[in-house]
Amino acid sequence: MGKEIILKTENISKQYRLGVVGTGTIGHDLNRWWYKIRGKEDPYLKVGDSNDRSTKGYSDYVWALQDVSFDVEQGEVLGIIGKNGAGKSTLLKILSKVTTPTTGEIKTKGRIASLLEVGTGFHPEMTGKENIFLNGTILGMTKKEIQSKLDEIIDFSGCRRYIDTPVKRYSSGMTVRLAFAVAAHLDPDILVIDEVLAVGDAEFQNKAIGKMQEISGSNGRTVLFVSHNMAAIKTLCTKAIVLEHGKVKFKGSADEAVDFYLKNEITSSGEHYAHETSEKSSDILSVSVLDSQNELCSVFAFNHKAHLKIKVKVSEKHLPVSVLSVRVIDQYERPIFTSEIYLKDFINSAGIHSFNIEFPNKTLTPNDYRAHVIFHIPNQELIRNLESVVSFNIEETGSELHKYAGLDYGCVVLDCKWNKI
Amino acid sequence: MSTKNENWLYTISAKQALISFNFKEVWNYRDLLFLFVKRNIITVYKQTVLGPLWYFIQPLFTSIIFTLIFNNMASIPTGEGVPSFLFNLAGITSWNYFKECLTGTSDTFAQNQGIFGKVYFPRVIVPLSTVVTNLFKFGIQLLVFIGFYIYYAFFSDPVSNVAPTKAIIFLPILVILMGLLGLGLGMIISSMTTKYRDLKVLVVFGVQLLMYGSAVMYPLSYFKQKLPDISWIVEYNPMTIIIEAFRYMTLGVGDYSLLKIMYAIVITIILFLLGLVIFNKTEKSFIDTI
Repeated sequence: MGKEIILKTENISKQYRLGVVGTGTIGHDLNRWWYKIRGKEDPYLKVGDSNDRSTKGYSDYVWALQDVSFDVEQGEVLGIIGKNGAGKSTLLKILSKVTTPTTGEIKTKGRIASLLEVGTGFHPEMTGKENIFLNGTILGMTKKEIQSKLDEIIDFSGCRRYIDTPVKRYSSGMTVRLAFAVAAHLDPDILVIDEVLAVGDAEFQNKAIGKMQEISGSNGRTVLFVSHNMAAIKTLCTKAIVLEHGKVKFKGSADEAVDFYLKNEITSSGEHYAHETSEKSSDILSVSVLDSQNELCSVFAFNHKAHLKIKVKVSEKHLPVSVLSVRVIDQYERPIFTSEIYLKDFINSAGIHSFNIEFPNKTLTPNDYRAHVIFHIPNQELIRNLESVVSFNIEETGSELHKYAGLDYGCVVLDCKWNKI
Repeated sequence: MSTKNENWLYTISAKQALISFNFKEVWNYRDLLFLFVKRNIITVYKQTVLGPLWYFIQPLFTSIIFTLIFNNMASIPTGEGVPSFLFNLAGITSWNYFKECLTGTSDTFAQNQGIFGKVYFPRVIVPLSTVVTNLFKFGIQLLVFIGFYIYYAFFSDPVSNVAPTKAIIFLPILVILMGLLGLGLGMIISSMTTKYRDLKVLVVFGVQLLMYGSAVMYPLSYFKQKLPDISWIVEYNPMTIIIEAFRYMTLGVGDYSLLKIMYAIVITIILFLLGLVIFNKTEKSFIDTI
């Protein structure tokens, strides 16, 4: 160990009341108060479902977080991963003291500054410079600190020319740059960051990630970082925790946590199509997306290979001439590529057969994709056309182009050969 | 486990002391207080034609109308040799400061939920900045009052016999009382409106009603003489005491006694502390209920 624990959370739980505050609220409040003055425990603390959005619960109360405990060491960059609604934001809110936990406590040895949003408290009528001061002090800096870093902040934002103009005249991009510039120059012991990197253009994102690395790397600052961008988590964080339904599911190194998270996604959704009872003489019986372990999967790391398993029934008549095609399209319905085989090249008898198609890894850019599977005799007969029959997702886990995440830099990553001449 | 002697800087937990007000923390954020005040002042009248002149216009016209209705029409006496316009202006000026503090702070949480939901700083900075901002407004309105005061004292015909009493040296205390009273009530209301919005509606007309019960446009003595049965409502209202004292200090008319001032001070401190406690309790979790 050796390193000092700078932040310790012990059994943090947070309960929320669902539904509309209105009738019944006063009743609950009074009831709670009545229990309290008799020295009893809050009656509503015992109830409450874990936070699963999709199923209907039995209680009006849910636990957004349940018994979350972890330690953060000095200089550590901790990533917090989880699906929407897993409790990440609630945890950040508690860490940044915006709200209190229902039970449990957080102990810290340093000043925490949080960045749940860029540009908190910006006033459109005030000039850029005035807003730097206002935003900076809201985030916990003193005027003196800001004054000493003012030039740096203005340079970082790249808005020097507009610095004495009211912010309402800024483009939205400029506002974000200015806001991030202030935030990047915060100097707390512990920095809590929500996905603020997902702003600005590519150039600025690079700058932002660079700054983040500088903060955590050379300055040895302790950072808690929430993101959906697995690549950012992998590059920036040393450790990570995975949250699911308000509970900590995994603690470990960033790489392990990302793998766990992606794998966890697998069990929750696998893509599968089945029509086993087809009465046609030739047909597609099932299509499923698999990982290399032959398990149903719909989310793949950039460096993992996605597989399609296709089960077909083929008749004597169709066997010599039929073709099985797979076409992958992206979320904008753009066809990326088509791959096909003549069945006769693989099999020599009619009946039921399964095929496995392996897509190359490190090729499709991280995005959502769908596959059409077509069973046909070219230019003659369409036996079965399954459009968008399955979908899968390539997750950004550290491709070379991850710095452009969120931008359209093409559908495929190709290993091109570069030469100096 | 935690038997080791660990010195944590601070702890975030559900438990809270009744009074856990951290003065040192507020002091650390004094720059923010200053910047909020600056923001409030420079942004209110951006893109208005008359700008800060509005500070003059509002009390002036209210006083003129009060004078016409209550003194000229309903002939409420304002004391011997005291011009009724000046009498009303004194009442309005001091009432305005209290009112602005109360209404300005009473929707602190609702107004600032955007910021409060995203970043932590001692929430009490916001209502404090409102009170300080209003102090500037009060200063400007006080200047108007002084202007008319000089006019009536030296240039009007016949010269009126208004004269400040020695008690005027306590005027700053009076101003602090008005501010604290408004702040205390405002904090209580703002804390309760996070859950029950009804109070917001109540504030708007409640303040209006309170004005009639605070001896703004009539002397307390006249009220006691006309409606002795319910005069206690007005008499024990701390704002009445403050306004009467303000007029006593500046104009030399009004009901003024040390005992009553002490009473107002006690009430103010109680309300202020109560406000602070409730506000403090609310700020920790209001974001879940608003």
